[in-house]
Amino acid sequence: MIEVKNIIKSFDGRVVLNNISAIFEDGKTNLIIGRSGSGKTVLIKDIIGLIRPDSGEILYDGRDLISMSKKELNKLRREMGMLFQGSALFDSMTVLENVMFPLDMFSNASAAERRKRAQFCLDRVNLSDAEDLYPSEISGGMMKRAAIARAIALNPKYLFCDEPNSGLDPKTSLLIDDLIHDITVEYNMTTVINTHDMNSVMNIGDNIIFIREGVKEWQGNKEEVITSRNKALNDFIFASDLAKKVREVEEKESKHG
Amino acid sequence: MGEYVLLMKKSITFPDRWSMFFKQLIKEIYKLGVDSLWIVIIISAFIGTVIAIQISLNISSPLIPKFTIGYTTREIILLEFSSSIMCLILAGKVGSNIASEIGTMRVTEQIDAMEIMGVNSANFLILPKIIGMMVFIPVLVIFSMFIGILGGIAASYSTSTGMTPASFEFGLQFYFTQFYVWYSIIKSIVYAFLISSIASYFGYNVKGGALEVGKASTNAVVMSSIMILLADVILTHIMLT
Repeated sequence: MIEVKNIIKSFDGRVVLNNISAIFEDGKTNLIIGRSGSGKTVLIKDIIGLIRPDSGEILYDGRDLISMSKKELNKLRREMGMLFQGSALFDSMTVLENVMFPLDMFSNASAAERRKRAQFCLDRVNLSDAEDLYPSEISGGMMKRAAIARAIALNPKYLFCDEPNSGLDPKTSLLIDDLIHDITVEYNMTTVINTHDMNSVMNIGDNIIFIREGVKEWQGNKEEVITSRNKALNDFIFASDLAKKVREVEEKESKHG
Repeated sequence: MGEYVLLMKKSITFPDRWSMFFKQLIKEIYKLGVDSLWIVIIISAFIGTVIAIQISLNISSPLIPKFTIGYTTREIILLEFSSSIMCLILAGKVGSNIASEIGTMRVTEQIDAMEIMGVNSANFLILPKIIGMMVFIPVLVIFSMFIGILGGIAASYSTSTGMTPASFEFGLQFYFTQFYVWYSIIKSIVYAFLISSIASYFGYNVKGGALEVGKASTNAVVMSSIMILLADVILTHIMLT
């Protein structure tokens, strides 16, 4: 479980995160949603320790990330997996080498065992056929899957995903969402996803945190998000014409019994 | 300057995994060093030839013996061309390569990905480049000396220059100071450190996108070249005066 308490972060006097508190639970996909510029990325970067908040606490199963020494932080980071928006696969390595990289760096297993584990992870994301290809030779969806395989190679306790569906078509997005959700449940990970994709919200939103202008505006799950009467959340969720029309039809149908 | 020192402090530490370090080191030696061999050979051969021809054309006095051409060619190649001028050329080729590679990794979040895994990204990426360059640049310098002098010998076979191969070869061996070879090698090791560390610094600190990577690459070459020239003056003063 990850708990953030009263996080405040500002850049050049401009407050980006204002007193954010939230709990991200084990075995669930925890979604941080909000408009572009609302502070989602800053929050996730604070949580993984890439930037330091001005004040507040970030607790990983009770261990405070902010007060950790460099050594302790590096140890904690070996329990984390991260899926970046652009996949962040290493260009100079093949897909298999990318997945093997964290194992080569930190696992004490033999070379054959490391290779076997990497191949298992690639198989888990249905990418066994692409192990000898370079990132430049595979599609965006395959890159995301390879990045997921790399993120789970060390069997992490915490998985972070920054906009996992950006640049993907709706069908591939659903596949990626399902994959992340299945892996989260299978390995009982604490997964934190930063997204503004409403399909993801409705598909895998076990715990949803809505941020607006650096403030936590609402928290709930995918069932509650639809029925919420929070105006800012509704404006965000039903921003697209398609969503508005669907809602209008539903309201008409409910009026007519 | 402070940021550069801090980055070097972060880079020059014991690697997390020696096996991975040596794997990277071999890759870097091949990519930065072996791949530069062809440019070193071509430039050294032509410049060695041109130096010999120009000296022969400028020495018209019958009072100056012909072997002076071989002697002067050797001294220019050993003392300055093969180390300083060659490293200035390599600063352009290798320096831009390092800065753009690390810069691209920065803007595409590959460095962040390493940091999240708990890998010391500076150590993993920069140290093998520095060590690889410091190991292989002296080899390139020795190649350059050898090929440059061969170029000079080739020029001595041309009848229009007024040289003879025998006088040229006599000049090459005349008053040979072995220390000059070591002086050149020592300089090249310092230059190798400067090129790789400065280029890595500019690449590692890129903020933004492709445009900034290009700027970092240019800045890396300019700054490495200036520092090579400055180091040349200092080292020459220390070692030869």
